[in-house]
Amino acid sequence: MDMTFFYAFLIGGLICVVGQLLIDLTNLTPAHAMSALVVLGAVLDGFGLYEPLIELAGAGASIPITSFGNALVHGAMAEAEQHGIVGIITGIFEVTSAGVSAAIVFSFFAALLFKPKG
Amino acid sequence: MQQGPKEKLEYKRITQKHLPKRPVFSNSVRAFLVGGAICLLGQFVQKFFIHFFDFDQKSAGNPTVAVMVFLSVLLTGFGVYDRIGQWAGAGSAVPVTGFANAMASAAIEHRSEGIVLGVGGQMFKVAGPVIVFGVVSAFVIALVKQIIKMVI
Amino acid sequence: MGLIGKQTWEFASQPVLISTGTVVGPKEGQGPLGHDFDMVHQDSYLGQGSWEKAERRLMEEACETALSKAHLKADQIDIFYAGDLLNQIVTSGFAARTLATPFIGLFGACSTSMESLALAAMTVDAGYANYALASTASHHSTAERQFRYPTEYGGQKPLSAQCTVTGSGAAIVGKAGEGPRITHATIGQVVDLGVKSPFEMGPAMAPAAVDTIAQHLKDTGRKPEEYDLIVTGDLARIGHKIAAELLEQQAGLFLGDLFKDCGILIFDPDQEEVFSGGSGCACCAVVTYGHLLKRMERGELNRMLICATGALLSPLSTQQGESIPCVAHAVVIERGRWD
Repeated sequence: MDMTFFYAFLIGGLICVVGQLLIDLTNLTPAHAMSALVVLGAVLDGFGLYEPLIELAGAGASIPITSFGNALVHGAMAEAEQHGIVGIITGIFEVTSAGVSAAIVFSFFAALLFKPKG
Repeated sequence: MQQGPKEKLEYKRITQKHLPKRPVFSNSVRAFLVGGAICLLGQFVQKFFIHFFDFDQKSAGNPTVAVMVFLSVLLTGFGVYDRIGQWAGAGSAVPVTGFANAMASAAIEHRSEGIVLGVGGQMFKVAGPVIVFGVVSAFVIALVKQIIKMVI
Repeated sequence: MGLIGKQTWEFASQPVLISTGTVVGPKEGQGPLGHDFDMVHQDSYLGQGSWEKAERRLMEEACETALSKAHLKADQIDIFYAGDLLNQIVTSGFAARTLATPFIGLFGACSTSMESLALAAMTVDAGYANYALASTASHHSTAERQFRYPTEYGGQKPLSAQCTVTGSGAAIVGKAGEGPRITHATIGQVVDLGVKSPFEMGPAMAPAAVDTIAQHLKDTGRKPEEYDLIVTGDLARIGHKIAAELLEQQAGLFLGDLFKDCGILIFDPDQEEVFSGGSGCACCAVVTYGHLLKRMERGELNRMLICATGALLSPLSTQQGESIPCVAHAVVIERGRWD
């Protein structure tokens, strides 16, 4: 039995609970909490802890916004291997372009097609 | 009415007494359920791409995220995502679908100011901080790691 | 006539509230007071191309309704006082363009309804106008997109949040005629007891309401029992309880059942996403001009004190760490001449 599905639900849910607690217990806005989670993802990857989480939980770790931070650090490190410190800047967006590009493109077309419902 | 620091402190005590406590536990349960469900859906989508389109575990992440973003933008356009968000809280905000909702809702809302300045100029209004902090923290962490590597 | 006490205007000629117009959106129409409004729109766009244009139509329709009920034309209005929540009070400016009347724009946030009514009464009483029109409007989506988030954004609001009323109320005040009388107005001072969160508007505004109500009773030398109703604009459930407690503690005033709030009256708590109650400039305006005046017509009320409350924050001020200063203005409306 593929346990990834179970862990996807569990880990994904738990990361969301962390976000919810940040908002409910500290009076932070959702934007603050999401930014904090992105930074957390980046930090965890700095310690090499996020990739194993993705192995275990699949989408449970790659769908939450924390994975954005992880992917950014990964891209930066991969380029740095090849091109040294300059690679850090050039590599940052290599690995995450799918999420951001998709959001930009689809949002643009949505703006042409939909009207806000209020 | 006296408005000095003593009065403000006393008023804070009175306000706290009357403000309803946030239902932290039930909010967390809902966030867990919805967040978990969205990630579970993502897992199914990922498996779909691996089996039918010859992606591997690593590279299937990209089209999966794109599909989740597409679904989120669609739900935002139909005026459904905000309802889900009020119920699910972080459960719908934390997955990448929340990021897409932030972008799409801003783009759709500001269409009335034109495509360039409205849609284009305001699209990152809500989601901007995530991108800025993601990139800046990634830069700092990668830099620190690289320096450590070079020194050791 | 003139200033009595510290902050209260007494109108010796007791100007008449000749007519009113109230226009609301779908949620307000579905609420407990739905039947008391002149017009209920099912489409919160009002068929317009943007939320802002819809808000303008609301104000124009409320004014047109008040004019038609009074059998007056816009060019008979000597002065138009109006305000709203939007930047540069565009709704009011553009509505004034349509009405083509002499115009003074006001910003009092949600206290604008009584602020404009007080000024209208004062202008007529002092002889500077035969007919004065006072109006205010608000719209849930324009307030949302200016002060908070895009309307389709899925952020979660806490229980202390309030729901901005989509609607507009307009009132015409004249020297003579049939209708309730405006006898006094108390102009509020800005009060700020340090509340910072825009999701705690009720608690932010309660001290201002308490200050104005207490000052009004002191200036007029009256007791609460001399009123049939003392109503605040939009403190909603949380702010209203706090105000009642403050009135007892600080001013020794026990209001009991005669203390109500328009934000609590306008929505049924079971309606979707109303949280702790209504807010917005239109809240006090439509409840007063629609529901409360109808009760007065039926003979249920003889004298009421309406205290509209406003939070004077901007989208930037809270981000810059400022607290929320608030103001409350009160007007006395009587069923007939008071001698």
